[in-house]
Amino acid sequence: MKGDLQMRVTALHDEAAGIRRVRLEPVDGGALPAFSGGAHVVVAMQDGGVTRRNPYSLCCDPDDRTGYEIAVARAATSRGGSAFIHERLAVGDVLVVGAPTNLFSPDWRAKKHIMVAGGIGITPFVAMMAQFARAGLAFELHYAVRSRAAAAFAGVLQDRYGPRVKIYAADEGARLPLAALVENQPLGTHLYTCGPERLMGAVLDTARNAGWPEQALHSEHFMAPPPGDPFTVTLAESGREVAVGPDQSLLEALEAAGVNPRYLCRGGVCGECATKVVEFRGTILHADHFLTPEERAESRTIMICMSRFSGDRLVLNL
Amino acid sequence: MQIDAIRSRPIYPGLAIAPLARRHIFALEGEGAGALLDIAGSLTPAVLGRSQILYVARGSLGVGHHGALQTLGAAFWAAPTVQPLLGRLDVELSRSHMGTRLYLAGTEGFIGQAMQVAAAHGIDPASVITEHRGSLARRVQCVHCKGVTEGVTASPFVCSHCGLSLFVRDHYSRRLGAFQGVNIDAEEPGAVPPPEELYL
Repeated sequence: MKGDLQMRVTALHDEAAGIRRVRLEPVDGGALPAFSGGAHVVVAMQDGGVTRRNPYSLCCDPDDRTGYEIAVARAATSRGGSAFIHERLAVGDVLVVGAPTNLFSPDWRAKKHIMVAGGIGITPFVAMMAQFARAGLAFELHYAVRSRAAAAFAGVLQDRYGPRVKIYAADEGARLPLAALVENQPLGTHLYTCGPERLMGAVLDTARNAGWPEQALHSEHFMAPPPGDPFTVTLAESGREVAVGPDQSLLEALEAAGVNPRYLCRGGVCGECATKVVEFRGTILHADHFLTPEERAESRTIMICMSRFSGDRLVLNL
Repeated sequence: MQIDAIRSRPIYPGLAIAPLARRHIFALEGEGAGALLDIAGSLTPAVLGRSQILYVARGSLGVGHHGALQTLGAAFWAAPTVQPLLGRLDVELSRSHMGTRLYLAGTEGFIGQAMQVAAAHGIDPASVITEHRGSLARRVQCVHCKGVTEGVTASPFVCSHCGLSLFVRDHYSRRLGAFQGVNIDAEEPGAVPPPEELYL
């Protein structure tokens, strides 16, 4: 895609148990495109004959234009990207990195920012806090982890920001005090959450039940495309048929077949890859966070980065 | 009610209680009182017990609604004019917390000014619940002298600050809470078409 950057791995560091931080610097040198806290990049990895493209939040200081850093958790059931980064990626390797995109931008009008992270959901907040601190804004981070050993960035964030960072380790019996967090916050406070779906759901529900307006609530649902049964898609323009494997997303299968649809987040939130369904006999298995329930029911549109299909015929406007 | 479609103008969908809010602040101007009185039947004692009404009787019809609002049973405060009401709103918001929802009803100029007070407290305008009531008169800023004229019902009109004849553009500034007024006879001084009463 336009804006793609050739970047070299200049450092690999185990940030916590099972979490690897990767520093990438431009092969050609020079200043990188600017980004703001909450932004992500799509990293393309050549793993054998397969190109894997995964979105990762940037977890470095947005003021540092010499490199980008991402942190990747080793997934229990990796589709390939996480295993590749943990097992095969080496310093000196070159990756193709897309230009940063921000779908989780802080609201800069806020009087105060409260961030609630769970596990690897900490990454966007590392960049946000660098900006908040520099701008002298009020913020606090509440960070739920399985254990301190698995808490990426916990030490460095506590060193940088002191009591504004609170860690809750499950193995120590600590729990996020959600009800207390949303109580007595000054008007103009915004709440951001990133982490497992259950944690984000609990955070948002607690705030809603305390009367917070939707405009003050922000969450980032980054999910890997779900695996499923293989199926075949027909492209209306060429009549071509493309097979989608069980561990492949529709978008990935199309890319492997040389078709390059537009995308941004690859996680079902941005809407960029919305594709018209010309015809289908079967069920579209919607797995995105973009379409409304009505649009899902109509199934005239499919988000090809996340959703799958079950049935005998699916024709897309591609 | 607004019937036109000016893209820069906010939409005022009508008052409806945010059921989960911990506290409700109603800032009502003139006919805006009717917006709250019309939904009084749905206001439970629990909601009213957590409500504060700030009211100013300056409306296009000038009818006072003090009595009707007071009998609702919520905390009630009446201002003599708009400015003290906005001052009181500022104080109320400064001691409010998340969970407090703001409701505004009245003329567009009033909603726009109260929205500026709210925005200064970091409240997202889209989270404020609004209803337009009363006159369609516009609050207009002269783009030349930056003076604001309240209650403009005709276009063109004479700027109350610098005296230029101003054409009222269908261009609303949320930041200023005002429409834009542009000199209409700059090319040929004195060639001012007769004013049309457009915004009664």
